[in-house]
Amino acid sequence: MTTQHISLTVNGTVREADVEPRLLLVHLLRDVFEMTGTHIGCDTSNCGACTVLVDGDSAKSCTMLAVSANGHSVKTIEGMADGANLHALQQAFWDQHGLQCGFCTPGMIMQASWLLARNPEPTEMEIREGIAGNLCRCTGYVNIVKAIEQAASELRAPASTDAPAEPAVAS
Amino acid sequence: MTDMMTETGQLKETPQTTEGVGGMGHSVKRKEDPRFIRGQGEYIDDVNLPGQLWLDIVRSPYAHAKIKSIDASEALNVPGVAAVVTGKDLDGYKLAWMPTLAGDMQMVLPVDTVMYQSQEVAAVIATSRYAAADGVAAVIVDYEPLPVIVDPFKSLEPDAFVLRPDRGPDKANNHIWHWESGDRAATDSAMDAAEVRVSEDIYIPRIHVASIETCGCVADWDPVRQQLTLHMTSQAPHAIRTVLALVAGGAGLPIYEQNIRVKTHDIGGGFGGKVPVYPGYVLAVAASFLTGKPVKWIEDRSENLQADSFARDYHIHAELGATKAGKITSLKVKTIADHGYTDAAADPSKFPAGLFNVITGSYDFDNAFVEVDGVYTNKPPGGVAYRCSFRVTEAVHAIERMVDILAHDIGKDPAQLRMENFIQPEQFPYKTPTGWSYDSGDYPRALQKALDMIGYDDLRKEQLEKRAKGELMGIGISSFTEIVGAGPSHDFDILGIKMFDSCEIRVHPTGKVLARIGVQSQGQGHETTFAQIIAEELGFPVADIKIEYGDTDTAPYGLGTYASRSTPVAGAATAIAARKIRDKSRKIAAHLLEASEDDLEWTNGKFSVKGSPDKSKTIQEIAFAAYTNHPAGMEAGLEAVDYYDPPNLTFPFGSYICVVDIDRGTGQVKVRRFVAVDDCGNIINPMIVDGQIHGGLTMGFAPSLYEEISYDELGNNLAGTFMDYLLPTAVETPAWETGKTTTPSPHHPIGAKGVGESATVGAPPAIANAVVDALWHLGVRNVDIPLTPQKIWAILNEKGVTA
Amino acid sequence: MIPAQFDYVRPAAMHEALQILVDREGDAKILSGGYSLLPLLKLRLAAPALLVDIRDIDGLDDIVETTDGLRIGGRATHRQIHENPVVAGYPMLVDAAGGIGDPQVRNWGTIGGSCAHADPSSDWPAVLLATNATIVLQSAAGTRTVPARGFFVDTFQTAIEPTELLTEVIIPRAPRPSGAAYAKLERRAGDFATVGVAAQISLGADGRIAAAGIGLTAVAEAPFEATGAEAALVGQEPTEATFQAAGIAAAAESRPGTDSHGPVEYKRAMVKEMVVRALRIAAARAQAQR
Repeated sequence: MTTQHISLTVNGTVREADVEPRLLLVHLLRDVFEMTGTHIGCDTSNCGACTVLVDGDSAKSCTMLAVSANGHSVKTIEGMADGANLHALQQAFWDQHGLQCGFCTPGMIMQASWLLARNPEPTEMEIREGIAGNLCRCTGYVNIVKAIEQAASELRAPASTDAPAEPAVAS
Repeated sequence: MTDMMTETGQLKETPQTTEGVGGMGHSVKRKEDPRFIRGQGEYIDDVNLPGQLWLDIVRSPYAHAKIKSIDASEALNVPGVAAVVTGKDLDGYKLAWMPTLAGDMQMVLPVDTVMYQSQEVAAVIATSRYAAADGVAAVIVDYEPLPVIVDPFKSLEPDAFVLRPDRGPDKANNHIWHWESGDRAATDSAMDAAEVRVSEDIYIPRIHVASIETCGCVADWDPVRQQLTLHMTSQAPHAIRTVLALVAGGAGLPIYEQNIRVKTHDIGGGFGGKVPVYPGYVLAVAASFLTGKPVKWIEDRSENLQADSFARDYHIHAELGATKAGKITSLKVKTIADHGYTDAAADPSKFPAGLFNVITGSYDFDNAFVEVDGVYTNKPPGGVAYRCSFRVTEAVHAIERMVDILAHDIGKDPAQLRMENFIQPEQFPYKTPTGWSYDSGDYPRALQKALDMIGYDDLRKEQLEKRAKGELMGIGISSFTEIVGAGPSHDFDILGIKMFDSCEIRVHPTGKVLARIGVQSQGQGHETTFAQIIAEELGFPVADIKIEYGDTDTAPYGLGTYASRSTPVAGAATAIAARKIRDKSRKIAAHLLEASEDDLEWTNGKFSVKGSPDKSKTIQEIAFAAYTNHPAGMEAGLEAVDYYDPPNLTFPFGSYICVVDIDRGTGQVKVRRFVAVDDCGNIINPMIVDGQIHGGLTMGFAPSLYEEISYDELGNNLAGTFMDYLLPTAVETPAWETGKTTTPSPHHPIGAKGVGESATVGAPPAIANAVVDALWHLGVRNVDIPLTPQKIWAILNEKGVTA
Repeated sequence: MIPAQFDYVRPAAMHEALQILVDREGDAKILSGGYSLLPLLKLRLAAPALLVDIRDIDGLDDIVETTDGLRIGGRATHRQIHENPVVAGYPMLVDAAGGIGDPQVRNWGTIGGSCAHADPSSDWPAVLLATNATIVLQSAAGTRTVPARGFFVDTFQTAIEPTELLTEVIIPRAPRPSGAAYAKLERRAGDFATVGVAAQISLGADGRIAAAGIGLTAVAEAPFEATGAEAALVGQEPTEATFQAAGIAAAAESRPGTDSHGPVEYKRAMVKEMVVRALRIAAARAQAQR
């Protein structure tokens, strides 16, 4: 079988591979690039566990070919943290108990990142509609919504990274 | 008793440890999350071993058929395909059939007859995921269709096709077992004498748990070391290990239990669906044994929905007897249980219908009789895989519907009727007519709290106003009693293995803790909550306690996590093991402080001399001393293990109230509000408990309105992908309102009861009751879930009120 | 889950793509957003030998308003259409575009791909039928246009020839005052419709309905125009009674099948219900333009 050579940017780094045209983007990420943070939860493009960003737009990576992503840029959950510094969404999911088994979480976070980039101050309904393509079985979505609200607030007005100074002794 | 409880077993309102320690009652942020939020979790498809092969499965399009031939020649020519295995091949190893967890027999691969659509027919082993799929597409199977039975009532008819001739000539029918509980004669008598009798047929359809991660494994047989390592999605790894050893032994294979290691990784949701031993796992083990290489099997979603363990499928006929004033006197239930082609429901062996006889519910009456008959049909096997506490969802749905029908029939408010029939707090422990001893409960308090939270009286007023205008609004209540924590050894076993659970704690010299437990998280947060139990008992901060589970080489034997048993059983074992450590610590402290043990008191992680609080030793100092300065004659080290045999089950409970509005034009049901008041005894981590309830409510909501696995007459599965099997999204799912009461379990070491399934159990009847309540004035007495728009519209149309 | 093997090309320009369709006629299948085609390939319900990915061809996703109406490139995504300021003047399109699938689907699924795939329950065809849109097809031999009414031939079958590419959809501007709405009955947000109704009415100087377009999806072997319902509207006052009559006519000319959305009787009743709901909104929008 013939393969094609592809080159794409993944989380800011150029990656190359020789792939069959039928290779799904999600399998390129998981099996070829060994980035297993993006998950597969269904086979009919319903569950959204495989959500990544392609050229900044959220996409179900199970419904895209690796060859279609040739020349484009992909961002996955592995690209969200800045070294040891969690992205506000990651921190918020942790703070708000927005995950239980964690399987839908990478896709949920990627989708939320797309949502907040376009709508920095979403209402609760806009958040729910924004994640309508991401199924969760564990959380009932309540704390996921809270997590996205916390992240939205944080991204709009980031807390100072310096610890607040101790108040001076009253004189 | 812990510091959490007062003398009388009541929960102290505030946590007894500091936030830094994080014992019971603290909403400690989860220790497992850092890897998940980074995409660094390790789920089964993330496990890849050098040289591994892939296994994919050819599946039957027919629900019942003879296999005339399997032609693998084209498949073997597909590049990358190494082998094709059929039932005939396995038969040579006596592996074509194996026991189920219910003591019946299931096929690994059929030798000559398939019994359900999507049944495994052949296994393809290949060098890549994609080649294995190509191999499957190239296998040619010739089938001869046979008559299909999808209706369990037809299956019981005398001339029905015998689906399981393997059971022998004296069992030439499709009846699996008959089970009964309670006193038939006394119940019949009480029923005959009842002033009011209400009866109803209630069908609870088949559903599928559909965790977002499907099932899978990597089987790794090392021929040199003669070791089998089975990485798999399993909620009960030790039980699997023992079953594998028995199956291998029966097949004469040199795979012995000390050389079998079952290792779970992170599991993306279980809910009961990852308890059974699916053929895919056995095929992967067989393939690894045959090839000497690791073999990976990961099922697709379609395979998962169409072949893996289902839940429910109970046809219930219930009758309730009461006084004119609405005091319940008797309950009689007869159920036909559709089990698919074999009984693979992972119920405790004495309870083939699970804990269904908890169906007397939260109510005080003396006479009940419950009988269940299991039946074979041409469908996949299973029965308890959907967060059901062993059939408690079915039981609670039935009793809560019957109570509501009774209330509506006699014209009494359903909340009032429940209050008048509740078992009262002073009646606990309460012995039910079917033999359960409820440990504790305060049902009126929970219901009153729910009524207050939702503003019940105003809602009833609003309902009257709306009804006068022809608008359909309904209010439904569910006051459930759950039964979890299987279970005491005198009654509970699975395949003979008693249902204890375990914890082994080891304290290191620098005051850090490693604890291993016999249960298995699939998202419940055990790495955090079990650390919190130990933090509570011993004062070590949660951050200093590492919890491990899931590796059968290291974790103590346990029966796993399902039916909400982790906290009741393994949680108890953890507390007791921690107390054994505290007992030894007291001796070490006495030695260090040169005092007698009786002169020491324990608070906040240290032992101090009574009256001289400055003379104290912290648990960390004691830990160090256990290795460096322990008393003469005492063994060094600081560790303990406990295998806990629970004296009883525990009985969480709650009251839920649901408000619905029905669109007359389309039949759509909208849940306007849903209040859930839960009582799971003492709470380890309030945030995690709330999360369990949110998720459980959603898994009660989904089958009430959306989910259903149904079959046509040929046994074709009509909801075999996520296109047709509808999981609610964040848009449909209501914003749940939750509240708590706390009634500790008097027999549990930390007074906790378990909570994982309460909401899945309690929610559906609240929703069904609300819908029927909205329609009652039109003459509607019952509507079975799922309450789909087409079903509701058909009722409205028949009553002439769609306009 | 795993597609069968196929070849793949990504032509840089239109003429290249069209030539491939000629050279590989019968083998070649156009890949646009992929959210209709890829699921079919993964279930092995389709196995084309060659995918022709048109994502690199410039200008295929333009959305332009002209004096005649709205010209939407075949590669315009549902989201692009939903958010484009010129589309705001066509509220029915905004209704429809915002309800297709979920956000990820809307980021990548295209109107051209959707219409060429012609799922009998998809939303765009109903809109095109209601508005009497025109579909532009290009091939190596040139360009031809096909009216939407006549394009959706049968289940998953359209008037597109194997050598043609759907490049544009032209939505004519309705004469003012007019109003249009898309009403979709769905199980969950963004699911395929149980019933989808696109309704457009224009009012005469006398306030009566001068022209009407009703497109229905999910209730026949293919999306179709409810000409009986349209006839029941033209010349009538835009009142509830008129809408009910149109709904009854639409239900009578529907040919739904029984499936997980419900039995035939339910679907027919829902045709009537949703036609009435769509017309109420369309009429309100039309009145707002008077």
